Amino acid sequence: MSNSGGLGLIIKNGLWNSNQALVALLGLCPLLAVTNTAINGLGLGIATTAVLVASNGTVSLIRNLVRSEVRLPVFVLVIASFVTAIELSMNAYFHELHKILGIFIPLIVTNCAIIGRAEAFASKNNLLRSLVDGLSVGVGFTLVLVTLGGMRELIGQGTLFDQAHLMFGAAAEGMSLSLGSDFQGMLLAILPPGAFIGLGLMIAIKNLIDKRLAQTTATKPEALESGAEAGTS
Amino acid sequence: MGITMVKHPVVIAGSILAMFAVAGSTLVAFTHEFTKDRIAANERETLLRSLRAMVPSNTVDNDMTTDTLAVNDPEMLGSPQTTVYRGRLMGQPVATVLTSVVPGGYSGPIKLLVAVRYDGTLGGVRVISHKETPGLGDKIEESRSDWIYSFDNKSLNDPNLQDWKVKRDGGVFDQFTGATITPRSIVDAVKKTLLYVKDHRDALYDKKAASDPEPQENKKP
Repeated sequence: MSNSGGLGLIIKNGLWNSNQALVALLGLCPLLAVTNTAINGLGLGIATTAVLVASNGTVSLIRNLVRSEVRLPVFVLVIASFVTAIELSMNAYFHELHKILGIFIPLIVTNCAIIGRAEAFASKNNLLRSLVDGLSVGVGFTLVLVTLGGMRELIGQGTLFDQAHLMFGAAAEGMSLSLGSDFQGMLLAILPPGAFIGLGLMIAIKNLIDKRLAQTTATKPEALESGAEAGTS
Repeated sequence: MGITMVKHPVVIAGSILAMFAVAGSTLVAFTHEFTKDRIAANERETLLRSLRAMVPSNTVDNDMTTDTLAVNDPEMLGSPQTTVYRGRLMGQPVATVLTSVVPGGYSGPIKLLVAVRYDGTLGGVRVISHKETPGLGDKIEESRSDWIYSFDNKSLNDPNLQDWKVKRDGGVFDQFTGATITPRSIVDAVKKTLLYVKDHRDALYDKKAASDPEPQENKKP
């Protein structure tokens, strides 16, 4: 049961062991659709993380109040309210980025990773643990979005952190890297197949690293615990 | 085991659900109230920036975002309703910006802003939204290539009407490698917009911000 184990394990599970994108394979629709640049990935990742933390926190606070037969509708209501509030705020404060991400911000509601964490974790854990879980799962998801986005952007377009000013203001113009204007890019990376191939490679690399780690620490019991949460939702 | 025992949990569950619906709506309502002015200002700012790029602010002295006219000519402008932004200097017409739609994009309609000066030359063309193939058709975007600037200062006399085509069709406008349909349809849509503006020039600047699409010939000097 996930109630055992300290905060460190929660963080480790969220970021790596049961990473929602690489292990649970949840939230693939936004993951594949918006990761054509690193900044787009970062924008959606931060929005998703904010929703995760807010919904996990709220669900944890109300976990003893809500009867089990209406808990899922209540969770959906909570998540939808937060997503709408965050969408409005992004439209107000990151207008250009909001225009690029478009429909994928309201669609955060349908990201199964969020209701998955509410049901599997926050409804059974106290506030602090739920917040930490929401944050680490969100950061884990964001890292995958940014890595995949950066990879596709670099290969497909020859730039990295292009349009960083959309998020960080004019001061970040210098953050954008470019391989030079003569690099035409590999179109495939920007197109949808590039997203699938990129994600497949990332999962393969993660499994490879896990395998190496398991070989070196074969006697430690930690490897067993990580499997407990991977099966949720 | 009476009816009240069965009904009771349902009522409680329903009230809890209703309570959360109210709380959620309240959160959204407050956020909306708090952000709506800023969102409206952002949208206006974005529109103004694209208008200013084609109709420089020192050439007009009115607020183009509010001096609008709605016209409908799906045949020439591509959508059932087209918004026309009018620019004036001391009451004299300077330029109009039309929200034309290109119906024949490679993958769906392409929304344009077409700025036409009073003398019939183009102030410029910008793509507002499109779904063209990344890497091929998306070179119509200002940020991807300079192609969209090739319309600057063109008019129905320069090039001649029969040369308003892409080079592959014997015209003067470039196409892209691997994407001819996108530029071809945009050139055609810009040409049709120019023809429309030529035929309705004075009606488009009519002071009355009427949504009446019919040209009003009585404004002729």
